[in-house]
Amino acid sequence: MPPPIIEVRDLRKVYGGRAVVDGVTFAVEQGEIFGVLGPNGAGKTTTVECVEGLRVPDVGAVRVAGLDPVADHAQVTRVLGAQLQESELQPKLTVREALELYAAFYTRPADWRPLAERLGLTDKLNTRFAKLSGGQKQRLFIALALIGSPRVVVLDELTTGLDPRARRDTWQLIEEVRDSGVTVLLVTHFMEEAQRLCDRIAVIDRGRVAALDTPAGLIGRSAGSTVISFTPSVPLTPADLAALPRLSSATEKDGRLTLNGTDATVDALLTLLARHRITAHQLRVTEATLDDAFLDLTTTSTPTPTPTEDHPTARSEGHPGGHAPTGGHPPTDSHDPTDAPAPTRPGHHGAPA
Amino acid sequence: MTTPAASADATSPPATGPTTPASAPGPHSAPARTPGAARAVLKAEVRLFRREPGSLFWVLAFPTVLLVVLGSVPSFREAQDDLGGIRLVDAYVPVTVLLSMIMAGVQAMPPVITGYRERGILRRMSATPVRPTAVLGAQMGLHGAAALGSALLSLAVGRAVFDVPLPRQIFGYAVALVLAVASALALGALVSALSRTSKAATAVGSAVFFPMMFSAGVWLPVQAMPDTLAQVVEALPFGAAAEALNQAASGDWPGPAHLGVLVLWTAVLTTAAARWFRWE
Repeated sequence: MPPPIIEVRDLRKVYGGRAVVDGVTFAVEQGEIFGVLGPNGAGKTTTVECVEGLRVPDVGAVRVAGLDPVADHAQVTRVLGAQLQESELQPKLTVREALELYAAFYTRPADWRPLAERLGLTDKLNTRFAKLSGGQKQRLFIALALIGSPRVVVLDELTTGLDPRARRDTWQLIEEVRDSGVTVLLVTHFMEEAQRLCDRIAVIDRGRVAALDTPAGLIGRSAGSTVISFTPSVPLTPADLAALPRLSSATEKDGRLTLNGTDATVDALLTLLARHRITAHQLRVTEATLDDAFLDLTTTSTPTPTPTEDHPTARSEGHPGGHAPTGGHPPTDSHDPTDAPAPTRPGHHGAPA
Repeated sequence: MTTPAASADATSPPATGPTTPASAPGPHSAPARTPGAARAVLKAEVRLFRREPGSLFWVLAFPTVLLVVLGSVPSFREAQDDLGGIRLVDAYVPVTVLLSMIMAGVQAMPPVITGYRERGILRRMSATPVRPTAVLGAQMGLHGAAALGSALLSLAVGRAVFDVPLPRQIFGYAVALVLAVASALALGALVSALSRTSKAATAVGSAVFFPMMFSAGVWLPVQAMPDTLAQVVEALPFGAAAEALNQAASGDWPGPAHLGVLVLWTAVLTTAAARWFRWE
């Protein structure tokens, strides 16, 4: 196996006395799409900026193709292409001029014409940057990240602010980039994006790697990796639910019950329903999504109500109780609840896979 | 928070001299440097500059337009005893020459550079083999060149339309011009360094703009100022530049004191700009 193209060891970066990145370690293998996933303010961008050589680590080591991004900055920029979060181009620079300009920065640039064609920018070549749509801007940034024929590209929050169609188009482009042999380091806070694209994911929370695994591996770790939802003909009693094995959470909304557990939970539930002659209308059994695993692995900004033995159904909002036994969570967190994946969860549970 | 690679370079943009854009790239990119990169950056920035009608007007046209307007006033074309026998229009040629530099260096350039930082354009460039100093160098070179072009236009129109004699000590005049441009760009660099946003840069630029215009003699040529005021103004970069240009125009080598004031201001402003400039 070839050596990892990116290695990050014990990376630590402190701002104003607060460790934004606090001992992050991971390695990106050649040819994979490696995700860095985490809530806002978790230290994802700071981590990849150390990889890009835009920031100097306080502690720890970063290597890109064996090079130090700070000391060997010029060489690293020839190996690594970057799309930065919230960076722009000169507003009146046209797409063609931007491509020509950035091509001139490299000794062996890719031909920008086929690149522009691949990214669907051919009919926008004479359009100024300021006139491009969000998706077009991001496609241009992908082109600029690839124009130096890099071995690895870092894409930071690439699809933030794009509409669903543009986002899906961009995902396809990222897969094409990987298929062309370029390793991708993808920073995101979208679960769906990480689950769909990444070969492996480092979940970063509060400056630390909370977990590092394949998307399936992360989901499997989640206490409630199987989601069962149905509308019982007769309400189940709390005691019935409490007796179910491996149940990690149970929520009820408008008579519809959603249980997170394992296969053992499903078996026991079916037996229970048969015994009480309860019909389960619209029964769905689905695998949990990365959302569930993510919420298990990261801390939330609101205190989680602790499930009680007697009333597991009392909890109406779905935080899987997987880590409830670890005790109360500090209510303070930098992470913005509006970007938390919670609002998308009910949809995952209800829909058949 | 500075870009590490860039912070090491932080002294180089102004230190390499505002008038030498091609030499701007810092030490980090030394190995296998792309020869065309700095040229490509300059080419792009020149194109972008040409798409800014406001800057084009104020830098290239306005100083000469002002000269033509003032020269059209009959009394400006009469010899004045308190100016040593020259006409006001003669005294205003160096003033409009300096005005073009102040427009370019202090008004036009700082919002561009600050905007580039604000929009992350300098940062994006830090992630390529080219140092963002190349953009700063290109900006300074191009605004410097535009100021000099505008200055030559003023001289030519003054000569052709109002019979203002061309400078007699050409070489001394050129030295004074280059030093004046350098101090204008250094002042602009400091404004860019101290302003967080391009709006702030415009505001700070305007605040600096009026004293600089005054010292250059836009309202009252330095020769016509009372002695005490003239002494104060001559300690300022554009007051010194005005005197140096006048001396060279009348055939003398510019006084070392005036050139010294310009060099000193350029050095101090450049050092301050390099000290406080941030890449993000």
